[in-house]
Amino acid sequence: MKRILITGLATYWGGRLAQVLEEQPAVDLIVGVDRHAPTVELDRTEFVRVREDYGALRRIVEAAEIDTILHTHLLVDSTAASSRQVHELNVIGTMNLLAAAATTDSPVRRLIVKSSTLVYGAGRGDPQIFRETARRSNSPRTQVERSLLEVEDYVRDFAEDNPHVSVTLLRVANVIAPDFDTPMLNALHMPAVPAVFGFDPLVQFVHVEDCVSALAYAVENDLPGIFNVAADGVIPWSEVRGIIGKPAMWLPPLGTQAAAGMLRRSHIVDLPDEFLSLLRFGRGVDNVRLKQVGFRYRYSTVGCLYDFAEGLRLRRVIGAAEQPTYEYQEDLEQFLHRHTVS
Amino acid sequence: MVKDDLDTDAEIDVIGKLAEDAGALLPALRDPETDSEPRLQDVDHWGRSEHMREFIRRAYDPVYRYWFRAELDGLENVPRDGGALLVANHAGSVPSDAPVIMHGIEEELGRPLYGLAEHLFRTIPVIGTLWARGGGVAAHPDNAHRLLHDEGQLALVFPEGAKGPGKTYAERYRLRRFGRGGFIEVAMRAGVPVVPIAVMGAEESMPNLTTIPGLAKAFGLPYVPITPQMLAAPFFGPLAPVATMLYLPAKFRVKFLPPVHFPDKPNMPRYSKARIMEYADLVRDMIQAELFEMLRARRSVWFG
Repeated sequence: MKRILITGLATYWGGRLAQVLEEQPAVDLIVGVDRHAPTVELDRTEFVRVREDYGALRRIVEAAEIDTILHTHLLVDSTAASSRQVHELNVIGTMNLLAAAATTDSPVRRLIVKSSTLVYGAGRGDPQIFRETARRSNSPRTQVERSLLEVEDYVRDFAEDNPHVSVTLLRVANVIAPDFDTPMLNALHMPAVPAVFGFDPLVQFVHVEDCVSALAYAVENDLPGIFNVAADGVIPWSEVRGIIGKPAMWLPPLGTQAAAGMLRRSHIVDLPDEFLSLLRFGRGVDNVRLKQVGFRYRYSTVGCLYDFAEGLRLRRVIGAAEQPTYEYQEDLEQFLHRHTVS
Repeated sequence: MVKDDLDTDAEIDVIGKLAEDAGALLPALRDPETDSEPRLQDVDHWGRSEHMREFIRRAYDPVYRYWFRAELDGLENVPRDGGALLVANHAGSVPSDAPVIMHGIEEELGRPLYGLAEHLFRTIPVIGTLWARGGGVAAHPDNAHRLLHDEGQLALVFPEGAKGPGKTYAERYRLRRFGRGGFIEVAMRAGVPVVPIAVMGAEESMPNLTTIPGLAKAFGLPYVPITPQMLAAPFFGPLAPVATMLYLPAKFRVKFLPPVHFPDKPNMPRYSKARIMEYADLVRDMIQAELFEMLRARRSVWFG
């Protein structure tokens, strides 16, 4: 029997995972916390509104006897929030979350954290393919990368201090989804895809479905350790453009950041520093470890892009995806929870 | 009936297990099960493209055959399959030895050779990309281990690094320090032999008369050489840039020496620095002695 707490229920990952976990009979209870109301319809997940620093989490964990914490709420897109918000949510949020899970006689036995392959960075001194054990070759320059590294340090310390808790850290590659907002997907949605002239980096993706499956797989199976979550294969940026059928928008190799700054100020596209270094040096990660524990990917990196290209063709005909019509109504949800016969 | 069902289940399980084991053994990132979609390019996970290699081979072949008249000796010392680390002396202001060795191995043995080099290449627009498409890989220990141990490929490395081509013509054919022996550690950990290579001809193809240290520092380069080609370039008028890149037609001889095997167990977390340096010196001495031997036999720089 599992009693699960999900952070970031209002985000795509939190909501989608809650939906998947609701299907599993072995899961007894799902509690989702977030600042905002959930954006997807949920059946038996209970929503608790908390502040972004997770101050009240300890009481929730103890009251609901949570044994598994699924920490999906880490910001990995530096264009989505100010660097203060990133720090607050990622670093302070995680710190409080781990403090809530580490009390004496805490019921928590499993912790699953969704991190990002951004922790490896992208630089000239990188190995071609990062294993989970590899260290990044340069020091992080952006707040998102810095905060994720700090989060991972906290998680590592937590795992060391709490040997009775099984800790899983998933490092997710660039996610391919039809209607997500990440620097990568924003770039791919432009009529001409940004690229740095003279560079053709090797990049790697993971399909959003595979990513959700991987998180659910980590809940189902006890997988202590660090795992990269990335599809098979790396391909050149020029081939990415070829598959989705778009031309390049060249940025100069010198003064790339200045050019990106102009694009940002003219509201064309926001290309953060960590994405610009990816466009220069690329990044590949080794996904063998997760496969060795039995996980199977549905999509390869190339497959992700063909799927994305199909979505683009559909969008060209029917327009952008419809906004979800679901709206969380507190009274209704509470009524339903009280009266649902289980 | 019930028994049949059980058997089938068991069989499926066995197949699943086999597939899993195969997956665990797959060295490359590709999984044939999921990678059925057509690729548009043939660039592998090292950034190497066979089409590009083929193009380079075709363009470079006349240079190899008629300009440098390269002669390879001792090819039987290079394994026909499995990983091996090829280690050579490095020379020429813009080193001409790497293309000769890569071309020679790929033509003669028909197997790819990855050239490990300074990651400085990765930072140069256009050239960095062409370098990777043509089989260049950044000399990171993880890259070398994956190539040699996981994938059983051939890799070429110049342990002198920039100190080899950065030395002046007066010091030709005298090997610099072989780094800190990192290449030995890589080969030990990967459990592959080192094949020492002595190259004669690169030194004279583009001699480094002297270097300008101040300029190198200003541009962040390992060295800035003055070559005879640069001195002659003004006489070529508009063709000056081509003239500076024109190698002198020195005769190339490449000698592959007997492979050095290591008794040490592969995949150890650490190897004794003393043993590493001992082997690094051994390989260096083998190449140095062979170079002197080859120079003794050489009658002419241009005709061998």
